[in-house]
Amino acid sequence: MVAVLASITLLVFDQKSPSINTLRSTLSFFVDPLKYLVDLPTVIIEQTADSINSYQSLKKENLRLREDQLAHQARLLKFSALENENIRLRALLENSFKLGEQVLVAELLSVNMAPYEHIVVVNKGTRFGVHPQQPVLDANGVVGQVFRALPMTSEIMLITDPNHAIPVQVNRNGLLTIAVGSGQTNRLILPFLPSNADIRPGDLLITSGLGGNFPHGYPVAVVDDFISQPNKAFATISATPKALLDRNRELMIVWSKSTPVPLISKSTENKLEDLKHENK
Amino acid sequence: MKTNNSSGFIQISISLALAMCLRILPLPESFVAFNPDWVLLTLIYWSLTLPERAGIFHAWTFGLLTDVLTGRLLGQYALAYALVIYLCINLHKRLRNFPMLQQGLFIFFCLLLSQLLLFFIKNIQHPAQLHATFWLPVFTGTLVWPIVYGVLRLVRLPQSFR
Repeated sequence: MVAVLASITLLVFDQKSPSINTLRSTLSFFVDPLKYLVDLPTVIIEQTADSINSYQSLKKENLRLREDQLAHQARLLKFSALENENIRLRALLENSFKLGEQVLVAELLSVNMAPYEHIVVVNKGTRFGVHPQQPVLDANGVVGQVFRALPMTSEIMLITDPNHAIPVQVNRNGLLTIAVGSGQTNRLILPFLPSNADIRPGDLLITSGLGGNFPHGYPVAVVDDFISQPNKAFATISATPKALLDRNRELMIVWSKSTPVPLISKSTENKLEDLKHENK
Repeated sequence: MKTNNSSGFIQISISLALAMCLRILPLPESFVAFNPDWVLLTLIYWSLTLPERAGIFHAWTFGLLTDVLTGRLLGQYALAYALVIYLCINLHKRLRNFPMLQQGLFIFFCLLLSQLLLFFIKNIQHPAQLHATFWLPVFTGTLVWPIVYGVLRLVRLPQSFR
């Protein structure tokens, strides 16, 4: 009887107030080691696979990585110039802009929390400063957001979870909408666009930054299907996530600077002065 | 006698920890729905055989730990497990003498009860859609009960000889 009452109070409290989180993180000290224990076989298999890699294949991989590195470096050179230009233009428009984000690489633990939910566990928690609602990325695009942060692990809700929605923007024309998870690992749904919306298969969807959780401009998905039915107000649109949701083991947790940089910084002020002088 | 007590405690704790590991085992997508509730099965076994040692308090504590483990609302597994174990402890004398088939039927209803409670709580939280696969763990749980029973009996036997 006591147990029943205690669990019901717990249920009510957990639903209503976040103060119970301290209890959850205390209990997680007993439970988190189990997650690492279950993950152990996967880690061992991966490490042995790494250690018995042949010299040839390692050399090949090294070469490929070096080429990639070179290509990215070249692209970054241009990127910094573009960024400067962007800052200048925004200063001219008297607009604020946001600085770059800080990332933390976290590794997936191969455990299975509950069926029908797209929630994964990673090995970084509040000890590393992770907090709920942080965006999570991989090398190709947005993965999801931190759902619950415990001391040693944290739970991440993927963008394909049926309970997850992310504000997006069509990269081609800036059309704003919301992408909702479908429950399948390779599918997002865009349920709120009218039948005559300017969107077509192949369009890249990027984060719009409107919800406040996700920083602007990260690729989310590619539209792959657009069915407009004349008798319905909304079109049926589906998209494939860019991130490799079911294959990646390394994820990046992002800290975006919440305070925008002041309208005109010192350096841009100087540049503006220079520009004025030139015009004279 | 004292050493006996502590060894029972260790066995119960370790078996429950292993059951919790099985609960979050990374299975292929198509098998996930079949994964039975190992923790509850283990708790039922211990409450039938050692009701004075593994009681409602045990069930409640490990239910709470399972809640944290699987990221549920705190207290839902705790509630389900405590109620099921209360039933088991009340009926343990009769259940011990039941033949396997009848015992299996009882286990089936225990698992069904726990699953029903979980569904009930989930529904209060936000109206949930009922999938037919939601009930699969009940059936697979009943099917693996003889295995759990056999393995845990092997674990306990050295103690009963003493």
